[in-house]
Amino acid sequence: MKAFTKLDARMAPLAMANIDTDQIIPKQFLKTVEREGLGKGLFYDFRFDEQGREKPDFVLNRPEYKGAGVLVAGDNFGCGSSREHAPWALLDFGISCVISSSFADIFYNNCFQNGLLPVVLKPEEVQALMEEAKGGNHLVTVDLEAQTVVAPSGAAFSFQIDPQRKAKMLQGLDAIGETLTAAKDIDVYETKRALSEPWLEGA
Amino acid sequence: MSGKTLYDKIWDAHVVAEQDGEAILYIDLHLIHEVTTPQAFAGLRAAGRPVRRPDRTLAVADHNVPTQGQELGVGAVADEEARLQLQTLERNVKDNRIEFFPMGDIRNGIVHVVGPEQGRTQPGMTIVCGDSHTSTHGAFGALAQGIGTSEVEHVLATQTLRQKKSKNLRVTVNGTPGPGVGAKDFALAIVGAIGTAGGTGSVIEYAGEAIAGLSMEGRMTLCNLAIEAGARAGLVAPDQKTFDYMMGRPAAPKGASWEMALAHWKTFQSDPDAVFDREVVLDAADIAPTVTWGTSPEDVIPVTGNVPAPESFATPDKRASAERALDYMGLTAGQPIADAKIDVVFIGSCTNSRIEDLRSAAQVVQHAFLNGRLVAPHVRAMVVPGSGLVKEQAEEEGLDAIFKAGGFDWREPGCSMCLGMNPDRLAPGERCASTSNRNFEGRQGRGGRTHLMSPAMAAAAAIAGHIVDVREFLP
Repeated sequence: MKAFTKLDARMAPLAMANIDTDQIIPKQFLKTVEREGLGKGLFYDFRFDEQGREKPDFVLNRPEYKGAGVLVAGDNFGCGSSREHAPWALLDFGISCVISSSFADIFYNNCFQNGLLPVVLKPEEVQALMEEAKGGNHLVTVDLEAQTVVAPSGAAFSFQIDPQRKAKMLQGLDAIGETLTAAKDIDVYETKRALSEPWLEGA
Repeated sequence: MSGKTLYDKIWDAHVVAEQDGEAILYIDLHLIHEVTTPQAFAGLRAAGRPVRRPDRTLAVADHNVPTQGQELGVGAVADEEARLQLQTLERNVKDNRIEFFPMGDIRNGIVHVVGPEQGRTQPGMTIVCGDSHTSTHGAFGALAQGIGTSEVEHVLATQTLRQKKSKNLRVTVNGTPGPGVGAKDFALAIVGAIGTAGGTGSVIEYAGEAIAGLSMEGRMTLCNLAIEAGARAGLVAPDQKTFDYMMGRPAAPKGASWEMALAHWKTFQSDPDAVFDREVVLDAADIAPTVTWGTSPEDVIPVTGNVPAPESFATPDKRASAERALDYMGLTAGQPIADAKIDVVFIGSCTNSRIEDLRSAAQVVQHAFLNGRLVAPHVRAMVVPGSGLVKEQAEEEGLDAIFKAGGFDWREPGCSMCLGMNPDRLAPGERCASTSNRNFEGRQGRGGRTHLMSPAMAAAAAIAGHIVDVREFLP
């Protein structure tokens, strides 16, 4: 997993609530056996019309937001399907931070497996960033170490994040390797369970 | 000290260790399917890691499979990418000695139908699957959650999941429902009451007289939609109905083991003095047959209601979403929802494709047939049983004959039109009365318009040709 430390990038506003993972990456892009290359399907139905032509009005198609690395979105971002293709598509497109007032649980969790930083700010702060993103300057700084988002105007917002998740994100640590350091505990648990719930063995 | 909730008890029984403030939670059953696993197996191969407990893992092919011509085999699946994904799963389960019900096997079907049907799903278990509707299995008093592909890889490698504990939310439904009202209506009414983010960060335990009154199939429908209320898991405490359902199933314990298991399962109840972080109470008598009007499962109204006006919503965000939803759905604020003419009816999905669902729809179709009514001529209607075994049972009961006589297509098992990853999907602008779980934009096909409802409501809509109150169609 790629580490996330500090990001200076353009910020694109997507002022919609309940953006679900079907919208982030529609089902026709899920028939892949790879993690890479999903950026082409990101927000497909927002970015393209039925003939596959770019919709010029959609925020990520507008020249001032090209190459955006940060997305600021409405409440309950990432609800719906558990597809990890959603964070993969965002990252492949170049977006490595999403800011919202709340995230759905599974999506939020999937972000941390991939080095995509989900930042939760207060609704009024998200609104303020959204307004600034519509102006002439779109550059924000997201600093995970300091837990701050600095808006184009210089206004700084601090955010909360679980310290362990933060530490792993900063280093890009793999969860499986860490869990396997507790392999003995898993062995012990399984041995005990084989005695207390024998019907689950040898199925 | 106050007592423990059902969720607390399952959690405590599965914590292997704590690391960095996260629990390493043992997983009793890992269900897998073709869409969310290829990258996980590739990750294991790259790291040279084996699957720790192939015997606690079960694979099915459901999301991508066509619902016609399954006997021709995976090689005949027309969609090249779908075929490759299905073949990749076949190779991965073979390489790792995981039990697999391939397409066409009578035991195959939608993963959340197959687990309970085989007796793999048991009370007090922890269950995961790379699919958000894994919450379904909570109907048995199992902690069942959807996970992402990285977590699938983690579970394959370690048989554990790293997690922080969620909060406890109890949703109590008291009273007795009126005619034509069932689990799907409860579930939609609950999502409507608490919103699609209302359960975020929580596990929901469903309780109360009306929940106890539901069959196992009904409880599965209810828990299936816990995720649409934002909760990763829903739970119903196991009771005699649970045990009766499980007895004799292929993977259920037998003989002395059954008695031992039963004693264990019975301990999974919330203590009377358990404290929940939040409580929501509804009365079943207040719930009407319910449908969705918009593009979020929280956009619900009684079938007798009118489409709401965007101005009636409290926040600018919600008003904007409602305007967009009305435009997408081709509806006008204030119109009676029962006026909405439909083009397609889909009865199926992990929400509503079990035998009881098919019986309740067939009852409506049969009653209409005896009164000389068939599926409306402009409507394309299909029934997709949840598994080969559900299909077989329905055929033994003659339900297929009723559906076919009424004008429905009778298909082979799979996820089908719920998510449009296979040939079954809506064309742009088509309006569908659907028993599935998500009415998101484009979910059932680009530009498709989904109205969620119960199987009986969907059957009635097929005959009327528009959304209609099922109570007009009951014998």
